[in-house]
Amino acid sequence: MNLLLAIAGMVVVTYGIRLSFLVFGHRLVFPPLLQRALHYVPAAVLTALIVPMALAPQGPIDLSAANAYLPGTLAAATVAFFSRQTLPAILLGFAVYGVWRWLF
Amino acid sequence: MNLNRAALLAGVRDTVPMLVGAAPFGVIFGTLAIASGIPVWAVLALSALVFAGSSQFVAVSLIGGGAALPVIWLTTFVVNLRHALYSASLLPAVRELPARWRWLLAFWLTDETYAVVEHRLRTQGVADGGAAYWLGSSLAMYLNWQLWTVAGVLLGQSVPGLAQLGLDFAMVATFAAIVAPQLRQRPVLAAALAAGGVALLARHLPYKLGLMLAALAGVLAGLLAERLAASQPQGEEA
Repeated sequence: MNLLLAIAGMVVVTYGIRLSFLVFGHRLVFPPLLQRALHYVPAAVLTALIVPMALAPQGPIDLSAANAYLPGTLAAATVAFFSRQTLPAILLGFAVYGVWRWLF
Repeated sequence: MNLNRAALLAGVRDTVPMLVGAAPFGVIFGTLAIASGIPVWAVLALSALVFAGSSQFVAVSLIGGGAALPVIWLTTFVVNLRHALYSASLLPAVRELPARWRWLLAFWLTDETYAVVEHRLRTQGVADGGAAYWLGSSLAMYLNWQLWTVAGVLLGQSVPGLAQLGLDFAMVATFAAIVAPQLRQRPVLAAALAAGGVALLARHLPYKLGLMLAALAGVLAGLLAERLAASQPQGEEA
């Protein structure tokens, strides 16, 4: 894959979105359905990245004790869910992951 | 236009809490990107030129996983599309600004700067240094992000074999910590469940195409759950 091309495309796409209404606003409308759909994008994309990594880090689904990703992810998610604090959640998730790998 | 220095500094000052919040993500991004084998120039270019944290994280994960170029671009589009909403919401307030200012400020339009400047621009427009205030917030966020990215890159380089230490797990933990608090809303929970399920089933598709399918399924599930909740006469507050 061409890394330079990947980044150049990301720059064009991202800057284009930010410019959209601020610079070309008089010619654009933002459909209400799209506005509601956007609300779900971050959770959908991030969960789509999390689930395969947590449940199947090597490819096949792995629910055994050897898979430290699963308890670590669950710990991070649980702490964040109740505390709404991102950094403590990441650190605790990492601690659970580390201890789990050391134990099993 | 004369730059209103007091307004510029006020924009910087009001952005300080956002700078503190973004700092760990900058470090984690830089470290993770290096640990995933992305060259230093590309890591710095992502922060300096794309300047959109969540899409940078997703791109690192996709590039590391060998995704196709159109998948990377399309995912960036989907993840950053919310900025169009900010762009639309700020337009009425800044219509009178010269076009070159709008081209410039649009480049730095992030969640954080939008959150800081939106109220002032909506209530006072660009009078009394509104544009300088926006510029101050933008520059503070931008320089802060570059600084912490470099710190992360240095950290990633100074500890070789970070990936073997399980740093790839840090990405999963970071994403989980961002998503989990949003799951209190039922439709978001539906979106996450659908997206996670589809991503798991479609994980062997080439070029990370499964991510696109999963995102689509998640958004549809969210909209559907929202509609179901609205149609229930005594439905719970979502």
